[in-house]
Amino acid sequence: MSAEQRSDYDVAVVGGGLVGSATAWGLARLGQKVAILDEGDVAVRPSRGNFALVWVQGKGLGMPEYGAWTRRSSDSWGELASLLRDQTGIDVCFERPGGFMPALSEAELEDRANQLKRLHNQQAMLRYDYEIMDRAAVAKEMPFIGPDVAGASYCPLDGHCNSLKLFRAFHTGLNRFGAAYLPNRRVESIEHRDGGFRLTTVGGGEVRAGRIVLAAGHDSARLAPMVGLSAPVRPERGHVIVTEKTAPFLKFPVGYIRQTDEGGVMIGDSFEDAGFDTTVRPGVTSTIAERAVRVFPLLGKLNVVRTWAALRVLSPDGFPIYEQSVTMPGAFVATCHSGVTLAANHALALAPHIAAGKLPEEFDVFSARRFDVPKAA
Amino acid sequence: MFRRLHDAAGERVPFTVDGRAAEALAGDTVAAALLANGITVCRNTPVSGAPRSPYCMMGVCFDCLVTIDDVGNRQGCQVRVAPGMRIETQDGKREIDR
Repeated sequence: MSAEQRSDYDVAVVGGGLVGSATAWGLARLGQKVAILDEGDVAVRPSRGNFALVWVQGKGLGMPEYGAWTRRSSDSWGELASLLRDQTGIDVCFERPGGFMPALSEAELEDRANQLKRLHNQQAMLRYDYEIMDRAAVAKEMPFIGPDVAGASYCPLDGHCNSLKLFRAFHTGLNRFGAAYLPNRRVESIEHRDGGFRLTTVGGGEVRAGRIVLAAGHDSARLAPMVGLSAPVRPERGHVIVTEKTAPFLKFPVGYIRQTDEGGVMIGDSFEDAGFDTTVRPGVTSTIAERAVRVFPLLGKLNVVRTWAALRVLSPDGFPIYEQSVTMPGAFVATCHSGVTLAANHALALAPHIAAGKLPEEFDVFSARRFDVPKAA
Repeated sequence: MFRRLHDAAGERVPFTVDGRAAEALAGDTVAAALLANGITVCRNTPVSGAPRSPYCMMGVCFDCLVTIDDVGNRQGCQVRVAPGMRIETQDGKREIDR
């Protein structure tokens, strides 16, 4: 083999966010020689702004396989957390006490019940336990709910973690596995040659790898067509508020409200189409704060210390895209908006297939080819 | 550790720290009054439990957090002492309902 054909790495993962880090960590754990090509500090970085739920309830309406995939990750999350702790000493504070999704009116509660029923009535749905609770049942677990809370749905599979620690654990672990983290390496072009890939990065640097994984979030839309794939993702803005640290009072993640392991209360969940603008809008933060105070009036006493906006990576139907290129079979794309929930799958289920060089049939449903079907008139 | 300037003057303002009687001069901030009364540790941090004192005295560092009249995590350097004010040092996280 000539020097020109030699690959520097078994796999180059493009994207150092949670999807890329989890996948790269899973690959490195299997002994693959891995490089992670990341952008610099100034980049669109949803992984720094997320809400850190490991959430199952309600997911998969319209694609039951996504429900099963999510549940599988939730089931493996404890294993991931202990593997990371053993390797790095970092506790990512994963807990799975079950999650509540509050309803602020009887109508909302009924909608929720119907939605979960429809979800579980799907033919291929892997069913799991959930419960629709009335106000009294919710108050038994959380006596401090506000008068507007009509009830909630509850699912024992839901949990949360400290996603910044998760991020740090993956990167510490990658380093221990000997993976190369290469920041400031925005990929400009990808060439498929001699069974491998050459990635030209900003400034003219070049990285060669036998296989590549595009896990670049929003930038995968630009990169995927370079290797015969597509990732038609768009940004959806979400605001998050975090309060000062307070003594533990909230054991459960409650949809858009959760108390972190360190005591701050995170309040989230706005959905805005605002392009790549991450400016914080006071009107949005006050709306989500007001809703949170209706759920738990005692939150009104806490000081807000920080607010931010981040951009979810959404495919046209909101479900993930996992696909292997037909024309350049060593190239894979992985993108989703649930990089925390699905981290265990990316590290423990997806990575082994990429290491083996082939995505099995069960991934066909996640192919972006599903977006090529013309809409029925 | 801190002494007042000799020409410091003003009306005396009574207040309490952790239930004990103390005195400030009119115009003192809570943080300054604590330091003038020899109280240098106003809180232990919520995560590691490390002791903290007022540091920047201008609203930036948030190290001087104390409970004032039952409201937790207030910046001592941004509030003037008022007669009868109840100031409490904090140990760890504030409680949500105070």
